[in-house]
Amino acid sequence: MAKLKINGETVDITVDAETPLLWVIREQLGLTGTKYACGIGVCGACTVHIDGSAVRSCLLPVSAVDPAQEIVTIEGLSSDGRHPLQQAWEELDVPQCGYCQPGMLMSAAALLNQNPSPTDADIDAKVTNICRCGTYNRVRRGIHLAAEINKRGGTS
Amino acid sequence: MKKERVNVSRREFLIHSTAIGAGFALGMYIPKTDNTAMAAEQAAVGEVPEVNAWVVIKPDDTVVIRIARSEMGQGTLTGLAQLVAEELECDWAKVTTEYPTPGQSLARDRVWGSFSTGGSQGIRGSHQYVRKGGAVARQMLIEAAADDWGVDIEECRAVNSVITHVPSGRTTTFGKVATAAADLIPPLEVELKDPKDWKLIGKPVKRLDTVDKLTGKQVFGADLQLPGMLNAAIKACPVFGGKLRSFDADKVRSMPGVQAVVAVEDNAVAVVAETWWQANSALNALPVDWDNGPNAGVSSETIAKMLDEGLDATEAFIGNEAGDVKTALENAEKTVRATYAYPYQNHATMEPMNATALWTKERCEVWCPTQNGEAALQAAAEAAGLPAAQCEVYKIHLGGGFGRRGAFHDFVKQAVAIAKQVPGTPVKLLWSREEDMQHGHYHPITKARLVGGLDKDGDLVALDVRISGQSILASVNPNWMRNGVDMFVFQGLMPEGEHAISYSVPNLLIDHAMRNPHVPPGFWRGVNVNQNAIYMESFIDELAHAAGKDPLAFRRKLMGDNPKGLAVLNAVAEKAGWGKSVNEGVYQGLAVCKAFASYVAACAEVSVDDSGKLKIQRIVAATDPGHAVNPQQIEAQVEGSFVFGLSALLYGECSVAGGGVEQQNFDTYPSMLIAEMPKVEVIVMPSGGFWGGIGEPTIAVAAPAVLNAIFAATGKRIREFPLKHADLRPA
Repeated sequence: MAKLKINGETVDITVDAETPLLWVIREQLGLTGTKYACGIGVCGACTVHIDGSAVRSCLLPVSAVDPAQEIVTIEGLSSDGRHPLQQAWEELDVPQCGYCQPGMLMSAAALLNQNPSPTDADIDAKVTNICRCGTYNRVRRGIHLAAEINKRGGTS
Repeated sequence: MKKERVNVSRREFLIHSTAIGAGFALGMYIPKTDNTAMAAEQAAVGEVPEVNAWVVIKPDDTVVIRIARSEMGQGTLTGLAQLVAEELECDWAKVTTEYPTPGQSLARDRVWGSFSTGGSQGIRGSHQYVRKGGAVARQMLIEAAADDWGVDIEECRAVNSVITHVPSGRTTTFGKVATAAADLIPPLEVELKDPKDWKLIGKPVKRLDTVDKLTGKQVFGADLQLPGMLNAAIKACPVFGGKLRSFDADKVRSMPGVQAVVAVEDNAVAVVAETWWQANSALNALPVDWDNGPNAGVSSETIAKMLDEGLDATEAFIGNEAGDVKTALENAEKTVRATYAYPYQNHATMEPMNATALWTKERCEVWCPTQNGEAALQAAAEAAGLPAAQCEVYKIHLGGGFGRRGAFHDFVKQAVAIAKQVPGTPVKLLWSREEDMQHGHYHPITKARLVGGLDKDGDLVALDVRISGQSILASVNPNWMRNGVDMFVFQGLMPEGEHAISYSVPNLLIDHAMRNPHVPPGFWRGVNVNQNAIYMESFIDELAHAAGKDPLAFRRKLMGDNPKGLAVLNAVAEKAGWGKSVNEGVYQGLAVCKAFASYVAACAEVSVDDSGKLKIQRIVAATDPGHAVNPQQIEAQVEGSFVFGLSALLYGECSVAGGGVEQQNFDTYPSMLIAEMPKVEVIVMPSGGFWGGIGEPTIAVAAPAVLNAIFAATGKRIREFPLKHADLRPA
């Protein structure tokens, strides 16, 4: 039995220590917003936050996560679905199929945590998630809009 | 319509109208499903009587619009709902949607028409009958209100879910009369609105399916969880056509969570475990012996030779012919020759293939992301060994389709084959990315040799195009071929129709030497128009340069019979400032095409630095789809089409070695990232009078516009793809 702190709650888990965090989140905790798409840390669909930074959870053995570290998944990005990025995404109708979007949002949220006013170059450097539908230009606009919403105090 | 008492029961009417072949089957309520997992999806079904097959209205005025086609990102769910709602005259803010199931469709004689979602058909293939569905429901609701008030139906109007008796000002709502409306006989004839009266069609309303995609709540097939469900991982023979010889289950049976190790069909093995991670870990540890079969020696090189032979073959199927090419080329002042080659490519949907199946001797149920629910049901029934009436498919949201989940339900058949070996237990089969990459139905491989003849004025007088390579239909559906010809190969090059060639050339021959390697081909977003437009639009550019003419002027001269194509081309040229000075180091390229009945054009702007690094700066795109149902979603699809088309151009390649595909994951099969994304400016210019597709057409112009701009920048004409192999350093 091990412990994880996820979306503000401490949970007990029983899995093989080598199991990637992604599969613990999806299959043991039932939080399926975090997606599997490549399993090799390339596409970013599995992105979660650990202590505020974006981490690709498909390669990270669960045993490497300290019980004191704060894991946040898409389900915990906001309590009411009104994170500035979620507002911006809704305003701009960003998602198409939507499968990559939780990872995209978590990458963008980590970027905004560290850099409240990212430039296009900052976005290019930090948001390296794959979207096959092709939402990139709206993702970019969404990040800029969320930065503005933040400046206005968090509401659009 | 006159207000009259209804003297026949609705059921009697139904039987009668079915016998005379009336267009709408109405009145049978969709049976309640006893499946708890689907309860949320099917909440509206059975609780409230439907007004007709397309519309359910709840007492609180919620409007449930039934959508038969699959939403996979392309926005068809919202667009189709707009079409129904336009005629229904309901309050858009109260609209929700639901999928009827393929089993319900079977039981109701396909009342919703085709479920197939491909070929950019969602809206253009069903606008007529879904709008009629909305109009019929509106009429019935109005009639119910008029009946209740005892007034003439002609004196009543419906707007925004409110019915008003105009002379008295009395009002009621759809929700209040829906149950009474459900008992009425539907009108056989209804008039659809004139497009000039549309209020909702043409409006850039927001998608209906966004919110759950922002919180992790949206359930995709891969996310489905059923009570007592087990998980399966699968490996099929890495060589296409190979078989499973044996496997040593004892080596993995004691691994954590493992429940069963089973052969699947004749070419695959699966591990069933409590969790997918356990299943996949055991599968990776499982010793498997494959019979690689007769194709183990096939490679990209042997396939290329096969296609090269086709380029010179004397026999070929003719797709488009005019005049006398041979003579015209002999008499031409100047001839230009070029050979192009286009590789295999994978769909690489973000969500790997998956399906969940529950099998018993009496019944089989499947939950899956599919572009064609009816085909999924057939696949399930076949694999289950049960009549389709004893099977059901529940469509779960797709994490991308791109053609992979429409014509092929290999993943459904596998899931059922596994579930049959654990009867009574639901099993979710999820492919690993590696499995997905190596067991696709790939974008077909072709080469093309083009020969053009210019007269002394530099005008194009003859064009000979030989395509050599793979036919999708020969592999997937030979019944659709005509006398052995796969006309689909000529997408974008046909004499007429939704994939007509853009240019009038007096002496023309476009033919196809069919050469079918063993690698399974499939429909793909855009499919054959993607490479055909590269061949044609790159070569037209080559001809323009050989003639010493401006590529825009050269094209315009060939487009006298194609005013709508010319209009989109002119629109991008004007907005991009073609021929005027652009920023230093930035070069432009053009492309135009008709695809899926829409007219599209693009002007790309690129720069290439001294090291050969390409930067696609900006693309101006124009689309004339006839009618534009939701302009902001069209913009999204046009932008997305550039990502799909340019990812294919830059990186898309599945090479073959040892009879199988070499690429395994996104590290060796990359996709474009946000940093590579150009600015995209979209001109939506619906000219009315026809209905064209949206999700695919623009892919056709993405690559050639960029390739022509690369030529302008570097003097290099790239004819083999993907571009990652090309040296773009300026010549």
